[in-house]
Amino acid sequence: MTDAPSPAPGRTGLRAERVSRTAGGALVLDGVTLAPRPGALTGLLGPNGSGKSTLLRLLAGVLAPETGVVTLDGDPLRGLPRRELARRVAVVGQHADTQVGLTVADAVRLGRLPYRRAWSPPTAADEEAVRSALARTGLSGLAHRTWHTLSGGERQRVQLARALAQEPRELLLDEPTNHLDVRHQLDLLALVSGLRLTCVMALHDLNLAALYCDHLVVLREGRVAAAGPVAEVLTERLVADVYGVRAAVTHPAPDGRPHVRYLGAPAGRG
Amino acid sequence: MTGPGPATAGRSGREKDGSVRSPRSRPLVAGVAGVLLLGVSVALAVTLGPADIRVADTWSVVVSRLGGGPSGLSPIRDGIVWELRLPRTLLAAVCGAGLAVCGVVMQSLLRNPLADPFVLGVSSGASTGAVAVVVLGVGGGAVSVAGGAFLGALASFALVLLLSHTLGGTTDRVVLAGVAAMQLFSALTSFVVMTAADAETTRGVLFWLLGSLTGADWTDVGVCGAVLVAALLVCGGHARTLDAFAFGEETAATLGVPVARTRLALLTVTALLTAVLVAAAGAIGFVGLVLPHALRALAGPGHARLLPLAAPAGAVFLVWADTLARTVLDPQEVPVGVVTSLVGVPAFVLVLHRTRSAR
Repeated sequence: MTDAPSPAPGRTGLRAERVSRTAGGALVLDGVTLAPRPGALTGLLGPNGSGKSTLLRLLAGVLAPETGVVTLDGDPLRGLPRRELARRVAVVGQHADTQVGLTVADAVRLGRLPYRRAWSPPTAADEEAVRSALARTGLSGLAHRTWHTLSGGERQRVQLARALAQEPRELLLDEPTNHLDVRHQLDLLALVSGLRLTCVMALHDLNLAALYCDHLVVLREGRVAAAGPVAEVLTERLVADVYGVRAAVTHPAPDGRPHVRYLGAPAGRG
Repeated sequence: MTGPGPATAGRSGREKDGSVRSPRSRPLVAGVAGVLLLGVSVALAVTLGPADIRVADTWSVVVSRLGGGPSGLSPIRDGIVWELRLPRTLLAAVCGAGLAVCGVVMQSLLRNPLADPFVLGVSSGASTGAVAVVVLGVGGGAVSVAGGAFLGALASFALVLLLSHTLGGTTDRVVLAGVAAMQLFSALTSFVVMTAADAETTRGVLFWLLGSLTGADWTDVGVCGAVLVAALLVCGGHARTLDAFAFGEETAATLGVPVARTRLALLTVTALLTAVLVAAAGAIGFVGLVLPHALRALAGPGHARLLPLAAPAGAVFLVWADTLARTVLDPQEVPVGVVTSLVGVPAFVLVLHRTRSAR
């Protein structure tokens, strides 16, 4: 099966080391180091403008860091051919959209592009990867629906399936649940956390992050404010410090996952 | 018709075994059918017109000219076939194929349903170049109208690339830069025509601007055909890559596409092809804008299917449009661009209407 390809020992996977990036003259990322645990789901938290999306784009190789380096198994991304990178690292954005009348199968098949050669038809491996990606995301029955007939939740699942068809070992997700209702948010996150790929996912909802992530990295103004296991990172102090919001953090669940209850008024200084 | 497995059988089979093969995965069959239809269209179109020519006559002329002995036709009729109708019909086919393919590529690459082969300002640049030669006498007779048009088209494309690069290089910037160039060169053309041209020259220029295959000769066919083949090879090699642009450039990049390089290569190839076609036949509208939409509605969005269909479909369409243009008001001639729009728009509306329920 294609799920859970555990990384070979000694391989470091995808790492960002002391990366910085400016946008429009402002420093968006300032010396951030991120080394997601292989096979785990790392949640990337932080207020708007804290640099989450920029960090993901650096990790995806879409954007180059101005200082620092992003490496894949120790090799700088800059020196890797794009196709090779696309076979290792897949990306799901906030809400990809298209005017093109693609079917679900067409869209998922795009994930095979890094493996395809010009002028040649898809191979059996291509078709099998597409079939498997559709099955894992529960989309097999929708394979022939066209894009514009899909709901927002279905579209995000198609994007996830497309990413899985790339057969990546690293999966980057930028607020994939942003435009979804609660049910579809839970569906998608359960799906992602069950993949057992090395995932880095930017999220806004602290409780969803607490429910599904293994680790958290919190950014504030382009720097890492906290990083570690969920229960250690997600504290009342952190919510107050980073978001400026008073909150009560409890641990009602037997597995000790924290729950954040916002107390309404903004936190005082400090 | 051409073998087992029509769309409906494919559909039921697919649902049974859960396979995800596309019901429209027969680009080869469609392409071959298109080329056959094109051959028949060319053969028939050559026979239509004031002089009575039969398909067999055309055939014997072609055989004769390729070294197979005398054709048995009078020199005048021989000349009508070989010097007038055949090059004109073939140029129509080449232009139609090229414009349709350019339209498909532009719309996908720029993610803009309004993009067409002229979106990079190529046609308005060509107009300015042609007008500069015809009206102002630029080049002192050493540069032909087609040469002036080609240079004007390249100048306009260079301006668009420069503008879009300085504006940020994204696809929407390319479209905006193209619109700016279009306006600029249109204004220049109007200015030159208004201030310097007499009525007769204006009429000639206008006819050319609307698109006309009147002056087609074998040199045009050869040059345009060679550039078309080269462009088809480049675009065909990028068919899968074009698919990847459906969700935008950033997604294409994460799928392993070298976005900036691909965009520059495809823009350059389509601009060059368009410039050559416009220089030979003027700015024939509608084909490149609307035919891609009609084909997408019929054949789906995948470029491995779309591109092999677009070339023969555009060719067939323009062959018949030009035949109509030169016969309908005989002995007067209608600019072929007028015919493409008058015939094409109702057909386009019909196609969109029929596919509306499926969307």
